[in-house]
Amino acid sequence: MEAFKKLNSTAVPIQIENIDTDQIIPARFLKATDRKGFGDNVFRDWRYHKDGSENQAFPLNNPTFSGQILVAGNNFGCGSSREHAAWALTGYGFKVIISSFFADIFKGNALNNGLLPIQVSEAFLEILFEEIQKNPNTHLHVDLEKQTLSIEGSDRFETFEISAYKKQCMINGYDDIDYLVNNRDKIIAFEKKNS
Amino acid sequence: MKKTLFDKVWDSHVVERSENGPDILYIDKHLIHEVTSPQAFNELEERGIPVFRPDQIVATADHNVPTQNQHLPIKDALSRKQVNQLTINCEKNGITLYGLGHEYQGIVHVIGPELGITQPGMTMVCGDSHTSTHGAFGSIAFGIGTSQVAQVFASQCLLLSKPKSMRITVNGTLKKTIQPKDVILYIISKLGTDSGTGYFVEYAGDVFENMTMEGRMTVCNMSIEMGARGGMIAPDQTTFDYVQGKEFAPKGSDFDKKVAYWKTLPTDEGASFDAEFEFDAADIGHMITYGTNPGMGMKVTETIPSLQNDSFEKSLEYMGFNKGESLINKPINYVFIGSCTNSRIEDFRIAAAYIKGKQKAENEHALIVPGSQQVDAQIRKEGLDKVFENAGFELRQAGCSACLAMNDDKIPQGEYCVSTSNRNFEGRQGPGARTLLASPLMAAATAVAGKIIDLNS
Ligand code: SF4
Repeated sequence: MEAFKKLNSTAVPIQIENIDTDQIIPARFLKATDRKGFGDNVFRDWRYHKDGSENQAFPLNNPTFSGQILVAGNNFGCGSSREHAAWALTGYGFKVIISSFFADIFKGNALNNGLLPIQVSEAFLEILFEEIQKNPNTHLHVDLEKQTLSIEGSDRFETFEISAYKKQCMINGYDDIDYLVNNRDKIIAFEKKNS
Repeated sequence: MKKTLFDKVWDSHVVERSENGPDILYIDKHLIHEVTSPQAFNELEERGIPVFRPDQIVATADHNVPTQNQHLPIKDALSRKQVNQLTINCEKNGITLYGLGHEYQGIVHVIGPELGITQPGMTMVCGDSHTSTHGAFGSIAFGIGTSQVAQVFASQCLLLSKPKSMRITVNGTLKKTIQPKDVILYIISKLGTDSGTGYFVEYAGDVFENMTMEGRMTVCNMSIEMGARGGMIAPDQTTFDYVQGKEFAPKGSDFDKKVAYWKTLPTDEGASFDAEFEFDAADIGHMITYGTNPGMGMKVTETIPSLQNDSFEKSLEYMGFNKGESLINKPINYVFIGSCTNSRIEDFRIAAAYIKGKQKAENEHALIVPGSQQVDAQIRKEGLDKVFENAGFELRQAGCSACLAMNDDKIPQGEYCVSTSNRNFEGRQGPGARTLLASPLMAAATAVAGKIIDLNS
């Protein structure tokens, strides 16, 4: 996993609530047996019309918007547990997702793939949408160590929550497997006690 | 201290609790399938880590399998490769696989319970969000991502912070013909799709106590649709009777010992929950969804609400419905009875009892997909296959099928489908397909009428 400390980037706004992982990556693209290539099909059915032509109205296709940050409506990532959704988003180039609420499994999957989910207040999310619409060149600044998200060139910022353990993992690029494998003795002792 | 059912099961599986950090939680049973496991196997192989407890893993092929001609090689090359990869991975790592052609093959959440793999008091995971189904037995069961599948492979454990607890109580008596599916669709319509996020839910009260195991599984299955990681129901005599005699259930005095333990699991009187909700069984009617998330449901006799909200309007536009509209008499050309929510024998008995002696409407494509080979065999044993065939329904072989449309079972662009599955997301049943979630009884009635009807009129 790639380490993450800070990011300064413009953002892509998708102002839709309850975006489920079926929209992030439709099931018909889940047949691969490796983690690569999902980025091409992220939001597939929203990016393309039925006839295969591009939907220019969809933010990812709108050249005004770009960047490594996705700002999305409330309850992002609900539905299927498919980690392919996190792979599709990182594959496309996103490093941070901002929403006012994340579904549990998606949040865990994102963190396990070095994709930082930042939960902000609904009011701040509104501000972000407004600012980005007004000026697509708005830069957002993420500082994981300080746990802050700020709008560059303004004094507007919010702090965000992340578990201390996950924060260390992100900053160092470690994952849970390393941690668990190092604790095998305790796991074996637990098994003995309970058998 | 007074403990909840969830506390008891969770606490007894904590290998290590760290201050302010996640718990190391021991996992008793790990179910895997072809779609969310290959990358986890790759990861382990790349890092040179062996599978730690292969005996505690059970595999099946379900998401991506055809429901016709299962004896032939899978036609779609990518699907075939994925299913073959599962076989190779299981063989390499000494994991039991109930693959295509095996008499135990089926949807992972149907076979776990019917084989007695699922038992009260266990912790269970699977790379599939509907793992919550197994909570019907009073086990902690939840869906995980592929990275976590790899973690369980490597250590039989997960690193998790203990979720908050919620109790949803439904007391009273359900009206006749109201199904477990109606109960859970009703609850989700009242609470919303994100109400459960961060919580594990316990369902309590008369309605669940009086429910069959199949019904309890339908309810717990859809816990994830309100955002909850899982749902549980306290094990009782109904649970013990169901588990007893199943292939991998404990036998003889072992079983009695287990039952004695399982009886200690229900929530202590006076234990507290982080959130509580209560509903009255008498308020629940036949439910149907009209939108693109499972919270957008109503009694079939109601009209679509008139909310001012962009996401709500976008959803109705996709569905081709209007605010204030009634769905009764809406022509429906597709009906799907299947998925891990409603593909157990009881679901088909209910559908068949309604269909018997009737015919599907001419416009209707009605698909019946059993959850497992064992359910399929039982359907035939009870002669339900004849009922379905005589009525013009198409009975297929076991798998996830049109629930997620990874195989050929897709609903065409723009068509409506009354489906017993659990998700009505845009394109879930095929690009442009429009899904209306309902019970097997409502689905059967729709197929016969060719349109949505009020079963009470
Ligand atoms: S039936 Fe549907 S919801 Fe259930 S496991 Fe299969 S794809 Fe998932």
